[in-house]
Amino acid sequence: MTRAVVTGLGVAAPNGLGTEAFWKATLAGRTGLAPLTRFDATQYPSVLAGEIKGFVAEEHVPSRLMPQTDHMTRIALAAADWAIGDAGADLRRLPEYGMGVVTAASGGAVEFGQRELENLWSKGREHVSAYQSFAWFYAVNTGQISIRHKMRGPSGVLLTEQAGGIDALGHARRHIRKGIPLVVSGGVDAALCPWGWVPQIASGLMSTARDPDRAYLPFSADARGYVVGEGGAVIVVEDAASARERGAPRVYGEIAGYAATMDPAPGSGRPPGLRRAAENALADARLTPRDIDVVFADGAGVLALDRAEADAISGLFGPRGVPVTVPKTMTGRLLAGGAALDVATALLALRDGVIPPTVNVPDPAPDYGLDLVTDRPRDTAPRSALVLARGYGGFNAALVLRRTDDRPYDTDERTTACPQAPR
Amino acid sequence: MSTGATVTLTDLTRMLRESAGEEEGVDLDGDVLDVSFDDLGYDSLAMLEVIGQVQREYGVRLPDETVADADTPRALLALINAGGDLPGAG
Repeated sequence: MTRAVVTGLGVAAPNGLGTEAFWKATLAGRTGLAPLTRFDATQYPSVLAGEIKGFVAEEHVPSRLMPQTDHMTRIALAAADWAIGDAGADLRRLPEYGMGVVTAASGGAVEFGQRELENLWSKGREHVSAYQSFAWFYAVNTGQISIRHKMRGPSGVLLTEQAGGIDALGHARRHIRKGIPLVVSGGVDAALCPWGWVPQIASGLMSTARDPDRAYLPFSADARGYVVGEGGAVIVVEDAASARERGAPRVYGEIAGYAATMDPAPGSGRPPGLRRAAENALADARLTPRDIDVVFADGAGVLALDRAEADAISGLFGPRGVPVTVPKTMTGRLLAGGAALDVATALLALRDGVIPPTVNVPDPAPDYGLDLVTDRPRDTAPRSALVLARGYGGFNAALVLRRTDDRPYDTDERTTACPQAPR
Repeated sequence: MSTGATVTLTDLTRMLRESAGEEEGVDLDGDVLDVSFDDLGYDSLAMLEVIGQVQREYGVRLPDETVADADTPRALLALINAGGDLPGAG
């Protein structure tokens, strides 16, 4: 079977714009959580967010696209440019129909949509932008990336809330296995406007804390909900053989395993599905828990959800059996961008052999049985990572990533007749 | 709402930029009067957006059928300045 490898990353996060700025901030433990400035949130119970700072859309988005794009899509277009540039400049050699785009989304471009609804109700229908017809739509990031880079291969969008970034990559891998050489994937989300805010508050899971360093505390006994951020990561996935053929400058790692499950209906008495997703992803990668060097946890920051995830992790790996980290404590949960950013972070961890820290949780609750990487990075040279994500509504997703430096572009070693010498 | 005012090419290019942006490699300040909107990089949705702005700013009604035939700035300006279907005038 073909192998799906990651050859390009583009990151836009509240604590760093651009992959390396984000990675540097993350290793330094710098948070992007702060009081909301995008709109006046003082009338709402939750007032903190992870906002991207210093993004000047006009520097990244062509003039013709400005009137027809939401803030979310502009960030996605910039991150896609970076990811595609990172993957190497010779993408034009690939056939248009051999490149697809599969991204994750949650509510679509709600800021654009809110503005046009306000125009409709306050001024009348002739004041509604014609671009509202598609600019709000949750498939819009996929569509705009596809148009801009002339990628006409199989494309789509997945909506599983915070699990979406992983589900999109799982779907991208399906396309690679069916013979598509390259898929631009991941997810970027941005819903920091009243219309994006109110439904999150209604979930009852958002933190109402005022201190950014005490607001989002996954796996702490003081956990009090999550903080929302904006941004995410665009991730270029390629068929390993095709990447080698075109001379891709680097391979971050292989998408070695993927699985998704749904939680049972409330009251069914059956266990939640996160552990089963992790087990299935490991089986898909033909790895055992012993082979995993780090877990990037979902880290809901909600007591019951933290308990469920801790049970899944310590049940699978044994008590304190694997290093666990939640770098999203520095960005907030990015909705459809969150799991994509975690995957990018995990790939950077594999690249540099260092596990980024979880901030603001110096004292994880001992009864969770987790070896949480707190305060500072841990130099343990991880070679494989398990990334977990849960989306509101019962979605669970797990992704296994593996370094490929011993055979960067090799096809599957299990079926290769003439194995290459180790490098 | 100055229904009697003449809309100039400068007015139109301003509205094109505001409503639909400017295509890379195109200079709207150049000699564009007889260049088709298609060649200027504007698709039908962009034109819908621009026409919307013209109607709001100048209070002129521009029926879809007539707008579709005005495929250059010169033709569109002629249509606009012919008054179209002025509100309250019929």
